[in-house]
Formats: sequence, structure tokens, C-alpha cells
Amino acid sequence: MSTTNSIPTPAGAVPASSSAASFFKANLREYGLMMALLIIMVFFQVQTEGTLFQPLNLTNLILQNSYIIVMALGMLLVIVAGHIDLSVGSVCGFVGAVAAVLMVEYHWHFVPATLVCLLLGGVIGAAQGYWVAFYKIPSFIVTLAGMLVFKGLALAVLQGASVGPFPPEFQLLSTGFISDPFAGESVRIASLALGLLMALAMLVAKVRERAGRSRHGMDNEPGLMFVGKNLVFVAMIIAFSYLLSSYKGLPNVLIVMLLLMLVYDFVASRTTLGRRIYALGGNEKAARLSGIRTERLTFYTFINMGVLAALAGLIFAARLNTATPKAGAGFELDVIAACFIGGASASGGVGKVLGAVIGAFIMGVMNNGMSIMGIGIDYQQVIKGLVLLAAVCFDVYNKNK
Amino acid sequence: MVQPILEMRGMRKTFHGVVALSNVNLTVLPGQIHAIVGENGAGKSTLMKVLSGVYPHGEYEGEIRFHGQECKFKGIHESESVGIIIIHQELALVPLLSITENIFLGNEQARRGVIDWNASYTKTQALLQKVGLHESPNTLITNLGVGKQQLIEIAKALSKEVKLLILDEPTASLNEKDSDALLELLLELRRQGIACILISHKLNEISKVADAITVLRDGATVAELDCTGGTLSEDLVIRHMVGREMADRYPKRTPDIGERVFELRNWTVHHAEHADRQVIKGVNLHIHQGEILGIAGLMGAGRTELAMSLFGRTYGQSISGQAFLHGKEIDTRTVQKCIDHGIAYVTEDRKGYGLVLDETIAWNTTLANLPAVSRNAVIDEGREFRVAQDFRRQLNIRSPDVYTRTVHLSGGNQQKVVLSKWLFSAPQVLILDEPTRGIDVGAKYEIYTIIAQLAAEGKCVLVISSEMPELLGMCDRICVLNEGAFVAEFSAAEATQEKIMRSIVTSGVN
Repeated sequence: MSTTNSIPTPAGAVPASSSAASFFKANLREYGLMMALLIIMVFFQVQTEGTLFQPLNLTNLILQNSYIIVMALGMLLVIVAGHIDLSVGSVCGFVGAVAAVLMVEYHWHFVPATLVCLLLGGVIGAAQGYWVAFYKIPSFIVTLAGMLVFKGLALAVLQGASVGPFPPEFQLLSTGFISDPFAGESVRIASLALGLLMALAMLVAKVRERAGRSRHGMDNEPGLMFVGKNLVFVAMIIAFSYLLSSYKGLPNVLIVMLLLMLVYDFVASRTTLGRRIYALGGNEKAARLSGIRTERLTFYTFINMGVLAALAGLIFAARLNTATPKAGAGFELDVIAACFIGGASASGGVGKVLGAVIGAFIMGVMNNGMSIMGIGIDYQQVIKGLVLLAAVCFDVYNKNK
Repeated sequence: MVQPILEMRGMRKTFHGVVALSNVNLTVLPGQIHAIVGENGAGKSTLMKVLSGVYPHGEYEGEIRFHGQECKFKGIHESESVGIIIIHQELALVPLLSITENIFLGNEQARRGVIDWNASYTKTQALLQKVGLHESPNTLITNLGVGKQQLIEIAKALSKEVKLLILDEPTASLNEKDSDALLELLLELRRQGIACILISHKLNEISKVADAITVLRDGATVAELDCTGGTLSEDLVIRHMVGREMADRYPKRTPDIGERVFELRNWTVHHAEHADRQVIKGVNLHIHQGEILGIAGLMGAGRTELAMSLFGRTYGQSISGQAFLHGKEIDTRTVQKCIDHGIAYVTEDRKGYGLVLDETIAWNTTLANLPAVSRNAVIDEGREFRVAQDFRRQLNIRSPDVYTRTVHLSGGNQQKVVLSKWLFSAPQVLILDEPTRGIDVGAKYEIYTIIAQLAAEGKCVLVISSEMPELLGMCDRICVLNEGAFVAEFSAAEATQEKIMRSIVTSGVN
């Protein structure tokens, strides 16, 4: 081994190739996921002879999946932090049961009842997160216990019976649509306008972001790709809002969902809080040595999960208009599957909020499409299971390449 | 002449082009206690792994002869089957199984898969008697002290009809009484004709029991000493251990040392798992502005434990003592508080504790100081990009851009990213733990240049290193840590490798 002085040479920086192909390759996961969703949609549109995109069905599709998506937002953060939460389905059912008892049996107004239920969700999240964060008990076990506990408590609260119906104002959370002051004949004008506005807002935000990046001399995706991608998005938003507007308009729950999606995506990708959660899951020891209070952060992600599970429980209860002891059973599996299909890594540190949302939609569209096609619940599960496995295999293959 | 029990000739082993063993010869005679000494990284452990078949035949060059027969071990089971048994520093016992179960683990006294517990029990009793341990064979390992566990390992070796026993730093974690008992046992085994290879840093122990010494340095045998005749010359051994010439491998610097900035008083730390064991024993330490202070010591001396216990108490328990910055006592209980006081710690384990490997250079660079690149908790990607660009240029990090994931960087460049992260936290006191471990010579020089520059800017730099030439080449002052206490301090002018090594190997004797 020679020990001659080697004086540092200037960086032989490889020029960053910025061709569309290489950019596409680097972002294969994201584009791939969007494309998978589109292909699945088109496939079922054809197979169901156009039923999938009918305004009524599209509205149902959103209503059916709203609570899964709401929980997927929280679950993604839990998974990114390196944990799992198996209790969300049971928490969902339990909170729905408490809401029913408060509003139906004790005749509470829906506002305080909703607030109490969300708070209850937070407390449940804290109770579980406490053991995971501060006592280092594996989250799998803590939340497995939680799953049993809250399933049992839901039964106890409802005394084994279904409780309902809810006050009509509360039902609007799931079954209401944004009102249309213009009283459009065949199209809800307010809903359509809102859709157009959203498309415009997204476009403005994207253009500003791109301008900001080039101002700092950062790499941007190729111009053509930027324009193409965003035009597709805008067209999709407008098309969807038109379709929905031609039925009853945009559902209230869709607005709630969209707002939450935007907030969570922003927090996860742009704020210090989000950055720290990714660091926690990516390498807990390095995160701790970088001054991140890893225990407290884990605790918070579980509280957040609890609140979102409670919200999902309210949405679900309002949609069924009763709280049943069976409510929420198995939701946790759909939620977790959505996150993994959306590209989250079971070992933590990897995953995107929008990925989880798309993952939830992929599951939702498949459920819906297969049901319309008349595929039995037996083979639906087989197919869903295989899709989950395929998505994760694709990730692992991509990573090892 | 007696035929040697073991002969290793011309052993050579490389890892991805890095030479670990270049030319090692070792000859062990029957019934001999043969000591192997050398600095950290001299190749002792690699040699033993080659011998015991951890690195199978074909992955190394050279010839191994055991009882005159050439051996080509494919795995540990093959070396064990001829009677070569190695006891690693990290004991390989299952804590929640009993002594009997551990001794016969993988070698169960069974007939058609059904364990004969009675036979196991009686055999264990006999073995325990041989090693002089008075415990019931049903005792769980977890209830025994480290010294007794070491004896169990030897009993286990005896159960496999050992011919050559290899002990890697057997007394490193033992107190004096247990060490003596262990050495006594080795002498007893020698009387029974069992040869033994003893890897140790403690020259006083070696001089007590060893018949011969092989000194390794930089992956080669540099001396084979016979000490059956008279007393052992420690000087000679030490000189052989360190005796390399120091080339001009360090940047020139003129130290400009100012006032005392940071100070530790009576710092005591207990082991993270064993609350009764002190890892750091009432250490006092101070460092001046613009000074590079080196901490020398062998592996296990407590260097990293000292640094991490100081840095937000990320290691150990029941930590006591005071830390002062500019004469004022400071609170170092969390990492964030340390960062706020301007203390930074660059870990020795950059992959395990330094980087989030799945993330980019820019991402890792800002992790310890996110508020500086964000407004109202929203990260300004542009500012982050510029910060990362600046450091990439300053520290000459070789990568296509700052959005390269750190997992794809070489060791030297990864180290520079970790350094960037801590430089961005604007520290006054910078603790560098093995800053050049596992990186090539060129990158080392760059790291040394950065260290020199930091000191020139008036920062206090504390360098922990196992490489003595590095400490001698860079530091203004060197403190020697051994078994959790400082045993010597040298100024740059008076320090030599011999003096440092002597202070370590003689400190146990008193």
C-alpha cells in the first residue's frame, strides 16, 4: 500500500443528465403508481361497460373509500416512522359506537359529540403510543392488544346491538354534497366551479414551485414533461368534477378528504416535522444523535393516528347511519395495504402521502370494479392479495437494481 | 526439534483490495501458551478468523498445518472437528439457557434426537470441576458474572475435546481476581497438554503465562519471541508493536491556542446494560480554543462511551459529573441542548449512527440544524440546496449533485457528509470519533486538512482515534484513556507511540 501524499483533486463531477428518460427512471415509482391507477381504471371502465365512470358510481366510489383514505394519511406517517398500527379498525368502530351513544341515546348536539370523539381518538392514540415510544414495546404487539381492547369496548358500549339513526345534520358529513346556490339544471354549477378552481390552484402552485427551483439553480424535470404531466392532472380534475357535478355535486366528505390530503402531504414533504419523522424511520440512531427527540415524535405520530381513526369512525358511522358492533372490522388491513401499495417501506423511512392515497384508490377501484363485474368476494380477496404482493415485489426489485 | 501443533505460513488476506494480512507466519508448539500481540487493526482477529474457518479456504492465501496435516477449513465446524476452538471476545452463550444446555448446544447428548439429560448433567458437572467452577449445571447463564461465563466457554471447548484453544482478549472485561483465575486455568490446561493462543493487550498478563509471543503489525509478523528462558522485555515488545516510520502524512499547522473553552469534571458513566459497571471513572478533561486534543486508547477503553455520554447522554446510565463551557456549567442532558451549546459529535459509525443512508446529501447535511433552513417550520428547499452545495464544494464531496443518496457514496465522501452536517450546526467544540476509519489515504489527508482548518478558525477539536500516528501527527496534546480513566497525558512534543503504548500496557499493574 503506498502512502504517498495524495492531494485532493477537484471533484470530477459527473454532469447530471437531465433527459426526460433519466428523469422518468429516477421517478419511476411515482409515475408508475399513477399509471397503474389509470390502467386499472381504464381496464374496469371497459370491463364494466362504462359503469365505473358513471357519476353515481364515481360518487359511491369516493364515499366508500373516504374513511380508508383518511386513515391511510395517519398510517403512512406511522409506517414511515418505522411502526405499524393494527388497532385502527377497532378504534374506528369504537369511536363510531361512542358517537352513536352520545348523539342517539344522550341526545348530544353533533358538534360537541364530534369534538369529544376526536379527542377520544387522540387519547386512544396516546395510550398506545405511550408504550411504543417510551417503553419500546413493539407497536405490532401494543396495537394488536389495542385491536382486541377496542373491539371489545365497542361491543360493550353498544351492548351488542346496533344504535341509530343519527341526527340528520351529522349524516351530512358522509351523505351531504356541497350546496348549489345557482340551482343548475343538469350540472351543479358550484361544484363544477370549485373543481375548476382547484385545478387552477394546483397549476399555479406547480408553476411557482418550478420557478422557485430554477431560481435557486436546482434541477427541474424536463419542461415538456412538466407541461404534459400537469395538463393530464388538470384534465383529470376537471373531468372528475364535471362527472360528479352532473350527479349531486362534490360530496362534503371529498372536500374534507382533499383538505386533509393537502395538509398531510405538505407536512410530510415540506416541514421540519415531516423531515424528522422520515429521519426517525430511516435511521433512528442517527436521528437521535442529530438532536431529534425520537421518543416524543413516535408518541405524536400515534396520537395523530388515533385522531384520524376517530374521524374515519365518524365518517363511517354517518355513512351507515348506525353504529354496529362489527363496524371497522378489517379496515386496518385495507389501510396498511394502501400504504404499502403506495410505496411505503415496512422498515420505515420511505413512503409518500400521495402514494398512500393512490394506493387506497387502487384498492378501492378494484373492489368497486370487481363487484360490478360480479366477481365473488372470495376471488376479490385473492386478487387484492396478489396485487399487494406484486406492488411490494416491484419496490424491492427496483431498490436492488 | 518438536513438531509444531500449528503452523501458518505466508498467510495473506484482502478485503476488496484492502490488505488485512500481508505475510503472517505463526508457529505454535504442543502444550505452549502462545501470545499474539499487536495494535488495533494489526490483523489479529482476521488471522484467527482464517484459522478457525470463518473465512473459508480459498478466500485467503497461505498454508495452515495442524499436527503436520494441511488443513483447508470450509467453516467453523471443520476446524472444531479437529480440535481448534476459538472463544471470541463477545461471548457466544445463550443467556436464558442453563449451563448444561449451553455447553452442549449444537453438540447435544442425544439418542435419535432425544436428549439424554442425565448424561448431559453428569458430564457438565465433570467439566465444571475441571475449570474450577462451583455452580449447579442448571444455573442460567444470565445469572452468572462475565468471569464465570468465560469459564463456561472454556468448559464448552473442553467438551469438544479441544487441542488448541484460542482466546481473544479473554480478560478485557474481567476484574483482577477473575483474570487471575482464568490465567491459572490456562496454566492448568497447559499441564494437561492443551495448547493455547492468547490474544491480549495486557503485557503483564502475557509475561505471567506466555511461552512465546508473536508480534503482528500492519498485517505481517514482525517478531517471534521466545520467553521460556528469562524475563520478557516489555520495551522490545512495544517497539515491535508500534515500530513503523511516520511519513509526512499530515498537513502542516501552527497551533494558535487560546483560553480554556470546554471542561469536564469528575465525569462518571455506568455501562448501558450493567448498571454496576463503571465505564468512565471520574474523568477530568479540558480543551482550549484552537486546540486539537487527541484521546488515545485501545478498543474498549471507553473513548466512544465518554464522547456519547457527554453528547446528550446518548450512552450509559447513572451519569454524573459536570460540564463547563467558558467557565459556566452547562446542561448536556439532551442532544438538542448540546447542539445549542455548540457541541457536535461526529460518530465513529457513520452508517449506523451518522447518516440516513436512503436520503440525499442535502437532506443529511441539514438534519441537525433544520431551523436554519426553514421559516415557520417550513423547509426552504432553495436555501437547503445552497447550504448543501456550499459544503459539497468546501469539503470536496465527490458526487454528481447534492441529491445523490448517501448510500451510493464512498466511505470518505460519506464521512464528509457527516462532517458537513455537524459543521452546519456551527459548533465551538467538535468531537470527532475515529474520523478516518475505513477511508483511503487520500481522503484521510483531506479530513486532516479540514480538522486543521477548524482548529485554525478557533474551534476546539477533540479527536478520538485508534491510529496512534494520526494522533501524533495532528494533535497538540494527547490524553491516554484506559479502562475508563486517563492514565497519561502528553504534549505534542513529548508524545511518542512507545510512551503511549507503555502507559496503556503498564497501567493495569499499578
